[in-house]
Amino acid sequence: MQDKSTYILYTIFTLGICLLGWSIDNSYYLQLLIFIGLNTLLALSLNMLMGYAGQISLGHAAFYGIGAYVTAVLTTTYQVPPLLALPAAVGAAMLIAWIVGMPTLRLSGYYLGMGTLGFGMIVHIVFREWSSVTGGASGFVGIPPLEIGSLSFTSDKAYFFLVWIVVLLVIIMCRRIIDSRVGRALRSIHDGEKAAAAVGVDTRTLKLQVFVLSAGIAALAGFLYAHLIYFISPGTFGFMASIRIVTMVVIGGMASVWGALFGASLLTLLPEWLHAFSEFEMVVYGLILMTVMIFMPRGLTRGLLDIYQRYRKHHDR
Amino acid sequence: MTDNKPLLEIQGIGKAFGGVQALEDVEFHLEKASINGLIGPNGAGKTTLFNVITGIFPPDSGQIRFAGKSIQALEVHERVRTGIARTFQNVELFESMSVLENILVGMYTRTRSGMIESILRLAHTRREEKQARDRAMELLEFVGLQDYAHQKSSDLPFGWQRLVELARALAAEPRLLLLDEPAAGLNISETNQLGDLILEICSRGITILLVEHDMSLTMSISDQIVVLDQGKKIAEGPPRDIQANEAVVEAYLGKGKN
Amino acid sequence: MQEILQYLFSGITNGAIYAVIALGFSMLYSSTDLINFAHGEFVMLGALCMVSLSLGMGFSLLPAFFFTVLIVAAAGMIFERLAIRSVRHPEPIVLIIITVGASIFLRGLGMLVWGKDAYSMPQFWDLPPIDIAGARLLPQSIWILLIVTALTVGLQIFYRKTLTGKAMIACAVNKKAAWIVGIPFKWMVLLAFGLATGLGAVAGASIAPITMSSYDMGTMLGLKGFCAAMLGGLGSLWGAILGGFLLGILEAMGVGFVSSGLKDATAFLLLLLVLYVRPQGIIGAADVKRF
Ligand SMILES: Nc1ncnc2c1ncn2[C@@H]1O[C@H](COP(=O)(O)OP(=O)(O)OP(=O)(O)O)[C@@H](O)[C@H]1O
Ligand SMILES: [Mg+2]
Repeated sequence: MQDKSTYILYTIFTLGICLLGWSIDNSYYLQLLIFIGLNTLLALSLNMLMGYAGQISLGHAAFYGIGAYVTAVLTTTYQVPPLLALPAAVGAAMLIAWIVGMPTLRLSGYYLGMGTLGFGMIVHIVFREWSSVTGGASGFVGIPPLEIGSLSFTSDKAYFFLVWIVVLLVIIMCRRIIDSRVGRALRSIHDGEKAAAAVGVDTRTLKLQVFVLSAGIAALAGFLYAHLIYFISPGTFGFMASIRIVTMVVIGGMASVWGALFGASLLTLLPEWLHAFSEFEMVVYGLILMTVMIFMPRGLTRGLLDIYQRYRKHHDR
Repeated sequence: MTDNKPLLEIQGIGKAFGGVQALEDVEFHLEKASINGLIGPNGAGKTTLFNVITGIFPPDSGQIRFAGKSIQALEVHERVRTGIARTFQNVELFESMSVLENILVGMYTRTRSGMIESILRLAHTRREEKQARDRAMELLEFVGLQDYAHQKSSDLPFGWQRLVELARALAAEPRLLLLDEPAAGLNISETNQLGDLILEICSRGITILLVEHDMSLTMSISDQIVVLDQGKKIAEGPPRDIQANEAVVEAYLGKGKN
Repeated sequence: MQEILQYLFSGITNGAIYAVIALGFSMLYSSTDLINFAHGEFVMLGALCMVSLSLGMGFSLLPAFFFTVLIVAAAGMIFERLAIRSVRHPEPIVLIIITVGASIFLRGLGMLVWGKDAYSMPQFWDLPPIDIAGARLLPQSIWILLIVTALTVGLQIFYRKTLTGKAMIACAVNKKAAWIVGIPFKWMVLLAFGLATGLGAVAGASIAPITMSSYDMGTMLGLKGFCAAMLGGLGSLWGAILGGFLLGILEAMGVGFVSSGLKDATAFLLLLLVLYVRPQGIIGAADVKRF
């Protein structure tokens, strides 16, 4: 039933990537599309946590940063091949998420929020202060490009395809989880945590698993980011970066994989279109977060769809 | 399955909320594969007893043994795994999901694939999913809602939502089924059908504890009845005795006069 | 010895501020079950308003302080009325996003109004530091301690003696029952927001003379205030005070004896520790849940 339309969407998506990849040669546009891809990964990762487990992370940029810094240090300082650095980067983020999530997820939704907010700040401080390892406030330079066997991802075009293939794989992965036993249990937690437990769902373990998974996806994006621009600095992974990810999910609509793509695109393009945006960024994001949540608590695209459906139902009668 | 030990043993259970003594020294046993009515006026503590048995909150005193073992230390979801399932007085379905998906969540404790398996979708995961779906459809057929499997659960009429909840509870393959006012909101013929369903469930070896205000239903299908009033057990016995019991009549009429 | 005393003084001063911020978190939580992620931003508003009123507009100390608290409390009540009350599904995640939204909105607004500069202002008493056994105690610290004492006494009287205060406790204990006996619940929530953000303003205005105030100071202060509240026991008045001082002192000792880079990490590490070991806090307000 659902399967057919899902496969059609995957096909359209894949064709879209191929078409864009082959037709665009302008490196500015390719870079922009790569960033949309990275942001989509971040939005997807947080979307799993917010939309399906009903929990929020206000420090997701920290996991993004951990992915980037771990691979930077390993591949540059210790000359580890990127392919080995990848599991280390993702694994480190997942381990840390587990440590942070363990105590906070036992309690009400507020605590993971506060815990991750504080965690994000501390990680940011560590990136900035631990200069012997991270390069400190001025950043980490000289990260090698990605080379896997004989494949080398140095051109914008090659990186474009790499990032978007990863996005496609992550989308498929998320959809599969959502449509599985575990995914249904997660959605049941969002609908009613008490009832979910009373039906036999181990809510705490599941929430922890999703949080860890979510941190892993964010770290994967960080890994790709580091090997894309060869230079990272703490500023990229601060509090505002975390808020940007939350805003993408809120715009894209919670519990919607394709919405994440939309939210990520919009928030990547907006600052490019409006150059005066950076001055007003915080005010605008703040207003978006407040108004969307007040009027459409399931997110902007979801809310608009719901309104449209209600309108149609009304007219059919 | 042939030993004659009771399936559920409630021993000296007490529970207070602030100043309200919701349960006081409640004690009874449930035999295997029996239907047991739990009745009492509003506020008698019936739902509270369900909540204590399922582990939603701990009792202040007393012990609960299930199949011979204390379940005190088990969390809510672990009790489902050991074989205790329930329905809620105010239907608590997962609203954003379809009827079928609700039943599938009910199977959580009886299926195994974890997150990694669901990503890989190997053959045995797909097989488990297929079996689960077939079983869920069977359960929906059992309660007569197979045609509504793909409807959103919140779109069904209230009485049918109760049946979905019943099917969801059965999906956990319980040995003990706690039903909290399953007939509320059903009309007479639906109530009769429900009575037949409950008898059928019991005949499959499942023990039932039934809270129900519809006396004709409770009296006609129960083997045994426990009466609570203001948190205390005031009577226990077969339906015939309970109907003639003065304390019970008093409890109900006394309430009625207020 | 002299060093320890010096760290202690700075710890107590910061601790008192954390205590006031924690009080704001705790009292709002105890009467509305809500954690306001924008609370730190109201502290920032308090500090910057204080600077602007006293330096920019030339108000003298008391009026500047008074108007700062009034303006910020009014902002808090407007926030409650416009944003919080309109929420149809008050689940934690929705409320978190709304208050986080408010937080960065206020931060952005602060940046537009006051720019990215950091401001300082003279102390309330323009006196030289007091020398105690070789350690320097700033007169402002004494001010801050006086303010904390006054607030604690004031809140105790408010909750124990006034009808409104008792009504607020009733709401905290049981919403439905409070509604049945005719306590206007919405009005209580509004008032709780006004009080909590007012407390934030007091904290902000009191540290303006001993710190550099800027638009981005709020988040860290908010986090530390929350940590202090958790440490003592979220929802308890004495817990907030205890947690505030404890955090302040531990932080100062950490800076003194371990490393200054550790300063901001202390709060977070303590927060994780509390969540692991004793989420109800030292005083354990989880059961008490009242002032
Ligand atoms: N979570 C709770 N907090 C406080 N009091 C409670 C709680 N649950 C139940 N009570 C109180 O305990 C008493 C027993 O309630 P309970 O719901 O168990 O009664 P009941 O027998 O199920 O009644 P009904 O037939 O109306 O469903 C009531 O006085 C009720 O107010
Ligand atoms: Mg009941």
